[in-house]
Amino acid sequence: MAAQDYNQLLRSPQFQELVRQRTRFAWTLSIVMLVIYFGFILLVAFAKPLLATKIGGGVTSLGIILGLGVIVSAFVLTGIYVQRANSRFDELTRHLTREIL
Amino acid sequence: MPRLLILAIATLVALDASSSNVLAAGPDLGAVQKQPLNWTAIIMFLVFVLGTLGITYRAAAQTKSAADFYAAGGGITGFQNGLAIAGDYMSAASFLGISGLVFASGFDGLIYSIGFLVGWPIVLFLIAERLRNLGKFTFSDVASFRLDQTQIRILSAVGTLVVVAFYLIAQMVGAGKLIELLFGLDYLYAVIIVGVLMIVYVAFGGMKATTWVQIIKACLLLAGATLMSLIVLWRFGFSPEAMFAEAVKVHPKGDAIMAPGALVADPVSAISLGLALMFGTAGLPHILMRFFTVSDAQAARKSVFYATGFIAYFYILTFIIGFGAITFLMNDPSFFKLGAGGAYDKVKDILGGTNMAAIHLASATGGSLFLGFISAVAFATILAVVAGLTLSGASAVSHDLYAEVIARGRASEQKEVNISKISAIVIGIVAIFLGYIFENQNVAFMVGLAFAVAASCNFPVLLMSVLWKGTTTRGALIGGLLGLVSAVVMVVLSKAVWVQTFGFARELFPYDNPAIFSMPIAFLGIWAFSKMDASNRAKIEVAAFDAQYIRSETGIGAAAAHVH
Repeated sequence: MAAQDYNQLLRSPQFQELVRQRTRFAWTLSIVMLVIYFGFILLVAFAKPLLATKIGGGVTSLGIILGLGVIVSAFVLTGIYVQRANSRFDELTRHLTREIL
Repeated sequence: MPRLLILAIATLVALDASSSNVLAAGPDLGAVQKQPLNWTAIIMFLVFVLGTLGITYRAAAQTKSAADFYAAGGGITGFQNGLAIAGDYMSAASFLGISGLVFASGFDGLIYSIGFLVGWPIVLFLIAERLRNLGKFTFSDVASFRLDQTQIRILSAVGTLVVVAFYLIAQMVGAGKLIELLFGLDYLYAVIIVGVLMIVYVAFGGMKATTWVQIIKACLLLAGATLMSLIVLWRFGFSPEAMFAEAVKVHPKGDAIMAPGALVADPVSAISLGLALMFGTAGLPHILMRFFTVSDAQAARKSVFYATGFIAYFYILTFIIGFGAITFLMNDPSFFKLGAGGAYDKVKDILGGTNMAAIHLASATGGSLFLGFISAVAFATILAVVAGLTLSGASAVSHDLYAEVIARGRASEQKEVNISKISAIVIGIVAIFLGYIFENQNVAFMVGLAFAVAASCNFPVLLMSVLWKGTTTRGALIGGLLGLVSAVVMVVLSKAVWVQTFGFARELFPYDNPAIFSMPIAFLGIWAFSKMDASNRAKIEVAAFDAQYIRSETGIGAAAAHVH
C-alpha cells in the first residue's frame, strides 16, 4: 500500500468506526476486570471479617463465593468479547478489506 | 549434535559422584524422603514419553521451513491452541503448589489462583489480536515493527531470556525434587532426563511437537484433576457445603480456613503481586509465541477464550482437590511423618511437604494405580512447560539475536533454524546445569520474579509500541531497561533473596514483589524518553505508526505463517 492509501484508509469512516467501537469495548471490559480483581484484593486486605461472613447458615463464607465469582467473571468477560468480536467487529473488518482490495 | 548431548550427559554423570554429600545437606526436600522406585508411575510416564517421541518424530519430518519450526506452520486451530496455552500455563507448580496451599491454609490458595487467571482477559482485550496481526514468530517482531531492529530486538531478546531463565530454574529444581519424591530417582538423573527430553522435543520437533506435547499433557492433567475432584465430591454427595463443613472440623485452623488469612498481610505487597500476575501473563514470551501458531486474529482470539475456560476450570478443581486433601488425609496417620507416640502436625508433617497433598490424595482416592497416573501426569506437566520455555528462549537467540541483529536479516532460513536447534540444545544443557547448581537453593521467588520482569519490561514495551504513536526507539529502550533493572534489583534487595539467600540481617526493599513500582517506572520511562527524543529517526518512527496501526487493527497485510 502506498502512503496516500494509508491516509485514505485512516480517514475512512468505516475504519474509524471499527477502531472506535472496538477500542471502547476492549478498554471497558479491561477496566471491569481490573475493578473486579483489585476490588477483591482490597477486600482481602482490608475487609477480612466481611469475607469471613457465613452464607446460607453453613460454613461456606462470602469470600469463597466472591472468589469463585471472580474466576467465573474472567471467563464470562472473555466470552462477551469474543462473541462481539466474532460478529460485529469481524463484519466491519470484512467490509473494510473488501472496499480497499 | 548427538555427540554434544552424550558429552553433556557424561559430564553431568561424572559430577554426580561428588554430589552425594551436597545432597545430604538438603534443607527440606532432601534425600531422606526419597521414595522407593514407583513402577506404576514410571511405566505410565514411559508410555507418555514414547507417545510424545512418536509425535516428535512425525513433526520433525514435517518441519522444514522457519514458519514450521517457530509457529507450527500457522496450522494450529483456535481450540487446539487454547489447550496448548492452558498446557503452558498449568504448570506442576500451580497444580501441586496451589492445591498444597489450599491444603495448608484453605481460602488463601484461592487468592493465588485468581491472580494467575485474571491476566487472561487483559491478554485478549489488549494484546492477542494485535500481536497476531503484526508479528511473525516472536513478540520482538511486534515491538520492533517500526522501531530500530537492532536495539529493540536486543532488548526484547534479553527480556525473553531473563524471564525464561528464572522460570526454567524454578521448573528444573521443582522437577528434580518432585521426581525424586514421586519416582524414587536421584535428583540429578531426574534433572538430566527432563533436560534431555526437552531438548529432543524442541530441537527435532520444533513448535509442532511442543504444541502437541502441551495439548496431550493438558488433556491428561484436566482428566486426572477432574476424576480426583469427582471422587472427592461424590463422597460428600456432591455438596460443597458438606465438604467445607468436614474440612473445618478436621483442619487444625478450624473455621479460619474459610476466610483470608496470613497470605495477604500487607496490602502493598498484595496489590503488587496482583499487578505482576495480571500483566506478567501478557509479557510471558513462551505464551505470546503461541499466538503465531494460529492462522489469523480470529483464531488468536478464540484460543484465549478456550484457554481462559480451561485454566479457570482447572483452578476450581485445584481448590476442590485442596479441600479434598484436607478431608481425606488429615485424619489418616499413614500420610504423615509420625513423632513420639504417633503424634503429628496435620499440616507440616505431611510426607514430602504440603506440595504433595494432591499426590497423596490420588493414592487415598484411587489407590496405587491412580497415584501412578497422577505422578506421571505431574512429570509430563513439567516436561511440557520446560519444552515451551526452551523453544521460546531458542527463538529469541536465533530469530531475534542471530537473524536480525548479527546477520542483519541476511541469514538463510535453513541457517536460522539450525541456529535455533543448537540454541535449544545449549539452553537445555544450561538448564540441567542450573538445576544442578540451584538444587538446595530457595527458588520459590523465581516464578514471581519472572512474572515481575515480564510485567515491567516485555509488557510495557509491547503495549506502548503498539498503542502509542509517540513511542520511539530511545524511549522504548530506556524505559524497558529501567523496568527490567528496577524489577530485578528490587527483588534482589527483598527478603526472599537479600535475607533468605544471601543471609543479610535485614531486607533493603520492604515488599515481596516489585511490580507496583517497576511497572510505572517502565511506562513513565518509555513516555518521558520518547517525548524528549527529537532525533530524525524518532520522526520517521512516529510517521511509520499509521501503517502499523492499520495492520494491527485490521490484519491487512498480516504475515500468514502458513503460506510460506
